[in-house]
Amino acid sequence: MFKIVSMAVVAACLCAGAGQAAAQAAGEAAYVKECAACHMAFPAQLLPARSWTAVMQGLASHFGENAALDAASTTAIAAYLAAHAADAPHMDRHALRGLAANATPLRITETPAWIREHKGEVSAADFASPKVKTKSNCAACHRDAARGIFGDD
Amino acid sequence: MTNITRPLALAACLGISTLALAATGPAQQKVLDQYSADAKAGGGAFAGFSAARGKALFLSRSATGKPDTPSCTTCHTEDPRKAGQTRAGKAIEPMALSVSPDRYADLAKTEKWFARNCDSVLGRACTPLEKGDFITFMVSQ
Repeated sequence: MFKIVSMAVVAACLCAGAGQAAAQAAGEAAYVKECAACHMAFPAQLLPARSWTAVMQGLASHFGENAALDAASTTAIAAYLAAHAADAPHMDRHALRGLAANATPLRITETPAWIREHKGEVSAADFASPKVKTKSNCAACHRDAARGIFGDD
Repeated sequence: MTNITRPLALAACLGISTLALAATGPAQQKVLDQYSADAKAGGGAFAGFSAARGKALFLSRSATGKPDTPSCTTCHTEDPRKAGQTRAGKAIEPMALSVSPDRYADLAKTEKWFARNCDSVLGRACTPLEKGDFITFMVSQ
């Protein structure tokens, strides 16, 4: 009896896991399709989940533009971002270093980790140069930024 | 008689090149037909879409929207045949149908961008007439 129950539990977990994986893949695809239409699909691990929640709740006024999405896409993308955020289980927590527990930065460039990494290395003139244009253009210097790789290129 | 075939016939009569107009596919026509139906349903007189009005809307500057996006041209440039750039630095495919033949073919996608960008630039939703005028202009480019 115990064996059957435990097998059923394992099977249920596997099914739920597969369903979750599919939902995550759909969420990631939606994230890249919708968000990378305007800017790089910033790696989710660069902000805590609370920041992503705030970003996704404020899409109608998104850094000076309306970036509103339909409800289904918004939910799927929000779930993907939360599951891969800096404070999600098994994720690299590097981006949280120095960040106050009650702080909810909306920009990656506002996190102490980002500021520390760029301080003294990249000048304001570098960021303003035509090739870079904006601090949100990670890939101008980090070739593999979209894959979450930020070595010193 | 659709709104597109009429100028097409006129252009053909006048011997004007119909190359750009000929780019309008059935998908774009379906989107325009929807806006035409919406415009009629909204009441008032509807006498077809106008590329000239669409051009004026595209080039106009607004003080009622979000400060960083006073005009369509802020991101799309004043030449619909040229690529634009998002404020975050990404390239935007040209708006002219002759250069970007896949545009205005998907009503949901078209509606998503009108909803966002009319709010960003004008601070309000666009009317069906404005949407139809805008596409009619871009189709003619």
